[in-house]
Amino acid sequence: MTKLKELEQYRAEIEQCVKCGACRAHCPVFGAEKHEGRVARGKVALAGALLDGKIGLEEKVLFDLSQCLLCGSCTAQCPNKVPTEEIVAAARRRIAREKGLSSFGRGMTTVLRRQKLLNLLAKTGGSMAKLLFKKLPESSGLRLRFPLPYLDPDRTLPEFTAKPFRERVPEWIEGEAGQPTVAFFTGCGINYMYPAVGEALLRALKFLGVSVVIPKDQGCCGLPAVSAGAGAAVEELAAQNLKALTARPVDFIVTACASCHAGLGKVYADLGAEYRALGAKVEDIFVFLANHGLPEKLAALPAAEKKVRVTYHDPCHLRTQGITREPRRILAALPQVEFVEMTGAGTCCGLGGTYSVYHYETSKQIGAKKATAIADSGAALVATDCPGCIMQLQDSINHAGGRQKAVHILELLNDALP
Amino acid sequence: MLESHIITELKTLVGAANVSTENADLICYSYDATQQQFLPEVVVHPGSTEEISAVIKLANREKIPVFPRGAGSGFTGGALPTKGGIVLVTERLDQILLIDEENLVATVQPGVVTEQFQQAVEKVGLFYPPDPASLKFSTLGGNVAECAGGPRCVKYGVTKDYILGLEIVTPTGDIIRTGGPTMKGVVGYDLTKLMCGSEGTLGVITKIVIKLLPLPEAKKTMLVLFDSIDGAAQAVSAIIRGKIIPTTLEFMDAATIDCVRKATGLQVPDAARAVLIIEVDGDADVIDRQAAKIAEIIQPLGVVETRIATTAAESEALWQIRRSVSASLRKVNPDKFNEDICVPRSKVPEMIRKVDAIAGKYNIPIVNFGHAGDGNIHVNVMIDKKVPGELEKAEQAIEEVFRGALELGGTMSGEHGVGIAKAAYIPLELSPEASEYMKTIKRALDPNNILNPGKIFLDN
Repeated sequence: MTKLKELEQYRAEIEQCVKCGACRAHCPVFGAEKHEGRVARGKVALAGALLDGKIGLEEKVLFDLSQCLLCGSCTAQCPNKVPTEEIVAAARRRIAREKGLSSFGRGMTTVLRRQKLLNLLAKTGGSMAKLLFKKLPESSGLRLRFPLPYLDPDRTLPEFTAKPFRERVPEWIEGEAGQPTVAFFTGCGINYMYPAVGEALLRALKFLGVSVVIPKDQGCCGLPAVSAGAGAAVEELAAQNLKALTARPVDFIVTACASCHAGLGKVYADLGAEYRALGAKVEDIFVFLANHGLPEKLAALPAAEKKVRVTYHDPCHLRTQGITREPRRILAALPQVEFVEMTGAGTCCGLGGTYSVYHYETSKQIGAKKATAIADSGAALVATDCPGCIMQLQDSINHAGGRQKAVHILELLNDALP
Repeated sequence: MLESHIITELKTLVGAANVSTENADLICYSYDATQQQFLPEVVVHPGSTEEISAVIKLANREKIPVFPRGAGSGFTGGALPTKGGIVLVTERLDQILLIDEENLVATVQPGVVTEQFQQAVEKVGLFYPPDPASLKFSTLGGNVAECAGGPRCVKYGVTKDYILGLEIVTPTGDIIRTGGPTMKGVVGYDLTKLMCGSEGTLGVITKIVIKLLPLPEAKKTMLVLFDSIDGAAQAVSAIIRGKIIPTTLEFMDAATIDCVRKATGLQVPDAARAVLIIEVDGDADVIDRQAAKIAEIIQPLGVVETRIATTAAESEALWQIRRSVSASLRKVNPDKFNEDICVPRSKVPEMIRKVDAIAGKYNIPIVNFGHAGDGNIHVNVMIDKKVPGELEKAEQAIEEVFRGALELGGTMSGEHGVGIAKAAYIPLELSPEASEYMKTIKRALDPNNILNPGKIFLDN
């Protein structure tokens, strides 16, 4: 099988960095840490020095390269489009190969690669929730009662479901004739933490008469493994998902998680032609819904008497692929929603997958800015299109003492559908 | 290598967490936008004026070179640690200390990012005009040290025109104040002006007192396509003869348009051989009249098309074209020498013709764009350093460009400064007596030559 690209294969891209410093204006980590090692320009310089043998895998190099959310904000704004997130991910793969995965990275990839173990852990987590977690007063999440490895007790977490989403639904849902057939790639967030989002997605597709397949043997998209530098795990998961998603012919593969969208649509592209063909079918759910007549159908619904003020947070993995209009279009079209923009809607929430596990303090600092912007917008809800962002946004709001709730747009759509 | 007791002492002065000799940090503070690299021996992140003073006193005592650094976004190597020593990063000093709405004055620390400052003053209806292309990430300290310019300078002037006073740490570690928050002040030498553009060789800027203006009510951006560079240049003169000073008058030559077209897919007719981006600001009812008058004045000068932005987003889109220029040049060749000569504005077409001739003579692509309103042309000599002989040709071409600008009564740097990139060419512009006058100042203030040595003058 073709492998993900090695750091050596990024030499030309590394040399494309003209060290202008433009990335300093857009990197959330640099915004919090103000150190050249934390910004794209610095990390690209370190990657170049590694390639040239001018520096080894010293602690400080590992630290700086770990300080990246892989949000892609730098690349989106880079005059030369230097793909820093890909360069950093390749550097992390080299680090993992030469120095081994971190203990968290090891544990995480072990679990992600074994679906049954993941199911078991999630279910255990769900059934033990009362014992392990305490509910926060606003019911917007849980906090740990006892210390657990890798989990900061100060962090708000969503409740793990006792019954994963994919076990709740049939594998095939027949739609109307003449409507497209889509595969729903649920991702771990929806499967284990936000099953209601998955159910809302199915309702929206049913509303349009779309046929849906939800392959039981799909797995994690692999993005957390990309972040940890676990290249082999990414490739294994990609192969598993390719098999699961091509078992039945479909017109589109929809995701309701920005990270999964990037995993399937972008990361896999390096693995070969069949993966690129898979990626070409991947569509964010709101792009799909917008292209298949949902806004028009929503416009025909009666206006709600009472509207709730909602703002939108752009998940990095959609924003950097230019998907910013469709989620807003659907959100603003909901009869019960009064949509307001917030300042910095397009800046990262600070989760960055495993980033927030390794660097929770910085992650919280980045999230704090977001919480302020949400509060300043006057919205009661912040809606987004990524379970990971929902988790981080709620955590940030709770730390700021806010009363807003972070939700998926699909949950609001669910409330609006007749 | 610096002796270990020096590192220990530095850690005592600014805290161990703010001193690093790690390879990774030395690499991260070894470069700027010149793409040259010099490794320092230690990187120091002081947190206050007093800490900077203590570091400089130590460096002066031990005769260690100190290289002050803001965002490291300069184009002439001003922040490069060319002689090892200490890189002194001012980014922890990043507070806006005061915005005095009554007196239209602000006081800031040097690490404040230019755009963040602009946004902060604009929130209260005030205006800080200098707008270097790097405004989203460059720091005000760096802007003052290099006397940064930008598109709006044609109407509003450059950084030094807004600096009323400074707090600086001298090369011997003393803390002094120059000028102050008054609009007038003539006590003693004007050290504030001396510091602006001194490229970190005469002191480390630790506080900046800034003059502000009322924020203009509105602005209007126009993009005008011309069929020749002469038409565009005549348009600049015609507008100014018409007694209108636009906020900005930016131009791009044909080579630049081609680059941007390739890089961004910009839709520009083939007939367009030069572009002017013209912006006017002021009262809403005045700018519409001004824009109409400008359109009328320039119409006979070979205008192919005029686009006028009607919303802030459209205006931003027009500016984005100008901002994408620098990076799009890589499509021409991988290595860029970005010079910023300045000539009297009526001489812009003559200068462009000279540059074109030089490009032809050496057979090297040269792309020109810049601030036509003040005669400041960014001359970009594009080569591939890997091709044998290209670098030498580029250097000869650049020297001819400088000579050409000087022949027209111009200067070899309008806004980037000298740094290391232009140090060798100083004798072209400054007489030996003028150079010596400046060096005498440097020697008097920095007897041990510890502050940013090797910048501006080759032998300081």
